[in-house]
Amino acid sequence: MTTAGAALPMTTTPTIAALETASGKAKKRLTSRWASLAAAVIALLWTIPTFGLAISSIRPERQIKTTGWWTFFSDPQVTLDNYRTVLSSEGSTGLGAYFVNSFIIVIPSVLIPISLAALAAYAFAWIEFRGRNLLFVIVFALQIVPIQVTLIPLLTLYVKAGLAGTFWSIWISHSIFALPLAIFLLHNFMREIPKELVEAARMDGAGHVQIFFKVLLPLLTPALAAIGIFQFLWVWNDLLVALTFAGGGNSVAPLTKALADLSGTRGNAYHLLTAGAFVSIIVPIAVFLSLQRYFVRGLLAGGLKG
Amino acid sequence: METTDKIVKMLEAILLFAAVVGIILFLASRVRGKKGDKAVAALFLLPTAVMVLVGLVYPGARTIYESLFDAAGSTFIGLDNYQTIFTSSDQLTVLRNTVLWVVVTPFVATAIGLLYAILIDKARIEAFAKALIFLPMAISFVGASIIWKFVYEFRPEQGDIKQIGLLNQVMIWLGFSPHQWLINSPGNTFFLIIIMIWIQAGFAMTVLSAAIKAIPEDIVEAARLDGVKAIGMFRFVTVPSIRPALIVVLTTIGIGTLKVFDIVRTVTGGQFDTSVIANEFYSQSFRSDNQGLGAALAVMLFLLVIPIVVYNIRQLRSAEAR
Repeated sequence: MTTAGAALPMTTTPTIAALETASGKAKKRLTSRWASLAAAVIALLWTIPTFGLAISSIRPERQIKTTGWWTFFSDPQVTLDNYRTVLSSEGSTGLGAYFVNSFIIVIPSVLIPISLAALAAYAFAWIEFRGRNLLFVIVFALQIVPIQVTLIPLLTLYVKAGLAGTFWSIWISHSIFALPLAIFLLHNFMREIPKELVEAARMDGAGHVQIFFKVLLPLLTPALAAIGIFQFLWVWNDLLVALTFAGGGNSVAPLTKALADLSGTRGNAYHLLTAGAFVSIIVPIAVFLSLQRYFVRGLLAGGLKG
Repeated sequence: METTDKIVKMLEAILLFAAVVGIILFLASRVRGKKGDKAVAALFLLPTAVMVLVGLVYPGARTIYESLFDAAGSTFIGLDNYQTIFTSSDQLTVLRNTVLWVVVTPFVATAIGLLYAILIDKARIEAFAKALIFLPMAISFVGASIIWKFVYEFRPEQGDIKQIGLLNQVMIWLGFSPHQWLINSPGNTFFLIIIMIWIQAGFAMTVLSAAIKAIPEDIVEAARLDGVKAIGMFRFVTVPSIRPALIVVLTTIGIGTLKVFDIVRTVTGGQFDTSVIANEFYSQSFRSDNQGLGAALAVMLFLLVIPIVVYNIRQLRSAEAR
């Protein structure tokens, strides 16, 4: 992340120098009109599919299955039945239990790896010990291991430990997969904190635990938030880990797995698919919109994960 | 299981975890001095070391080992699984599709992201315009797949039946007949790739927009005074200035694309010749019970990711050194 931050600083540009001539201005306005048109076309292409899904999700089942969502504008029929069905926990169609599971999965899967990564990153950044650089390089290199390589042996281990098909297998897996990147990023953040601050605290007789909590933690809040949001979105949106470890039924599996199954087995249950997809989308979008500035900072770094 | 039971379970797990961290912190706060440093480092690194060894290093090595065995995982067959990947016609289709994904997605997503970043640069509603393109990034691949499956939906053209997929309705409005977008190979892979492009363009746009804004104003101004026009500005000023960012974006999207699984599984399930390595790994391991081939496909993924990651990191380094 530091690397990313340094390569691509998020600066704002100073206003354009007032050197433009009148003709230049006219020409600029003309090109900017075409530019606006092109931008509008891209923006439309990027929003219409989601918009169509949102409209469909509030139309009656019969309407969704027989006419396109755009007929909504000539024949508006609104219902919340799809959402009622999807959010109920009863019956085979309800996704309510899966929705709860997604939250149950995501909270520990964010808290555990970030706390452990913060401890490890502190050791790598501020404690001198033999083999430190070698260990750090190993952790760094582990980022590139695709999770596919680990799934089956991990599953075997969970079966032996009696954890297969429980939340534990999913919490532990997400935590493990998050650690290398989180340690790497937090280490970079910690190294940016001025050495004098840490050394002054040591002079005053503070131990590592005190330095960690009193000096570093307050300064690390933005970094922890960025990594936390990323991990939240990653876990919330994950399908592969859930498919491998969550088992069947609605006792552990998250919303993504329920939707993927629904899409496969009942490919034309569009009244459930549209409402269900919208429910699953609304949570990460709310997180993203409320914490956008952290998210964008963590963006580049997060791309390597998975 | 009731919702309250689940919440209790989660709280128990969090408390247990907090207790473990608490013990580590307590022990670490008891030791002092130079010797103590070592002890603190060991305590802080212990949980990570255990998890990474058990959860990444051992399984990784185990998978590489198992890729040398047959479907049941009992007989040693050397590199036969890898030979299958490069010779059987099914697996060659998988490889071809993976190459298509990895070549097309990064370049198209980056091109669209760059174009859009330039178009909306300094616009009055820039933040809003960015959010529109960026939002798909926050949506799960499964959610995006459902959105697009709906766009591609096909209804046979007969009697009173109306199209419910937008793309086929547009075809009809334009005077063509509706088309089964997801059935015919290799065209169907491109319709799947569009979904990934739709997701990744926002990432490219955000990073490149930041890079464009970091171009020093005096360079732009000097070029303008020299009479450089818009296209020349793009070629000789913008692109060279943001080259490191461009490469990072391309490689990052490339890595993500190589591991694409959710989209293929949700939209076609790998049918109609649309499978890719990551999806084939899942099918072979969990559906066809061909452990050896599944392991070999996972190792392939690993091997293919390495050069892109190394290149990506080297570019980040050189960008940092500037």
